[in-house]
Amino acid sequence: MSESFIPRLGHTVWQTIPRLGAATLLLFSGLFAVTHRHFSFSQWLRQTYGLGVLSLLLMIVAALFTGMVLAFQGYYALVRFGATSALGTLVALSLLRELGPVLTALLFAGRAGSALTAEIGSMKATEQLSAMEMMAVNPIAWVLAPRLWGGIVAVPILCVIFDLIGIYGGYLVAVPVLGVNGGTFWAQMQSSISFQGDILNGLFKALCFGLVVTWIAVWQGFSARPTAEGVGEATTRSVVMASLAVLGLDFILTALLF
Amino acid sequence: MSQRSVDWWVGIFVLLGIAALTVLALRVGNLSGFRYENGYILHATFNNVGSLKVRSPVKLGGVSIGEVTKIQLDPKTFLADVTMRIDPKIKLPVDTGASIYTEGLLGEQFIAIQPGGMPQDLQPGATITLTQGAVNIDQMIGQMVFNKASGTGPSVSTTS
Repeated sequence: MSESFIPRLGHTVWQTIPRLGAATLLLFSGLFAVTHRHFSFSQWLRQTYGLGVLSLLLMIVAALFTGMVLAFQGYYALVRFGATSALGTLVALSLLRELGPVLTALLFAGRAGSALTAEIGSMKATEQLSAMEMMAVNPIAWVLAPRLWGGIVAVPILCVIFDLIGIYGGYLVAVPVLGVNGGTFWAQMQSSISFQGDILNGLFKALCFGLVVTWIAVWQGFSARPTAEGVGEATTRSVVMASLAVLGLDFILTALLF
Repeated sequence: MSQRSVDWWVGIFVLLGIAALTVLALRVGNLSGFRYENGYILHATFNNVGSLKVRSPVKLGGVSIGEVTKIQLDPKTFLADVTMRIDPKIKLPVDTGASIYTEGLLGEQFIAIQPGGMPQDLQPGATITLTQGAVNIDQMIGQMVFNKASGTGPSVSTTS
């Protein structure tokens, strides 16, 4: 057991490092492929529609419930100190700084990332990507770049909508249901939230998450084994890896930004 | 889905994002807080500003009439000099006082203005000297406990 452990570890590292290198190369060639003549603007719009607009309803429902639950739980904690006037601050800060970007990215990984991986994976399994190369169409510029940029644009927009709907969801519970004063709710929020420090930093987080989630989804699709089983595996791995990457990256970004 | 309707939907999506960001900036962040940019400047010196911050409100009778723009220490007198911007519609008499209070038990601190009765008004850039700094609750409790323990001074209860 111990004899085979070290060689296996070495083998895994030996395989992981070139994979990471290939994934990074894929990311950069995808990002810079916007200048390639096969990059199509209408394809990018189509992907933004598929990744962003179609995820909108999910985000709105999730944000509404997140905000409402935050208000309930926050009220429960704050009412013991008679500090329910700070409820608006609590809801807005937790949404803008953490829950908005992270939940948007996690939901995006489940809703759009998995679909991306499955789509590209089955393109590979049915040899559509090879067919493109045969026709001298660059699959990186035609398939990958619009999806990558679509994800990078869609996630921050989804996040800003998530934040806003979440805060109004919190308001809906705090003011009419729990009886917190509406004026205090907004006034306390306004006095303690800064546009740059909280709102823009939260959006920067969302931008990073969008890049990472789309990158992982696209990479998993491109590197999937070209079988039905391989595509299934790649889709699962894409969601798991993207979720873990978002949570890990969130820690690093929070330590750096705030 | 035709290309044209995709264009429309993505356009609406982006506009929604911009609108949400604007609402967040104005309603949640305090970008709308620069309401007193054409207000006039007043100074006030305090011996202790507590946790007063830049952009803390200045209130008269509970109504916000301005905000704190700068807090610095005067190196000669060792007093905190607070600069604030006041709504130009509000003219304050010369003998106006300023105190630092806390909103509720855990709320933020603000400057409360007590208008005087003199006919002359404070000119822009003038300094309010009739001030009362932030109340230090720790110090008050310490003093009370000390007074009680030593049995002298104005104790809080039971002095028969």
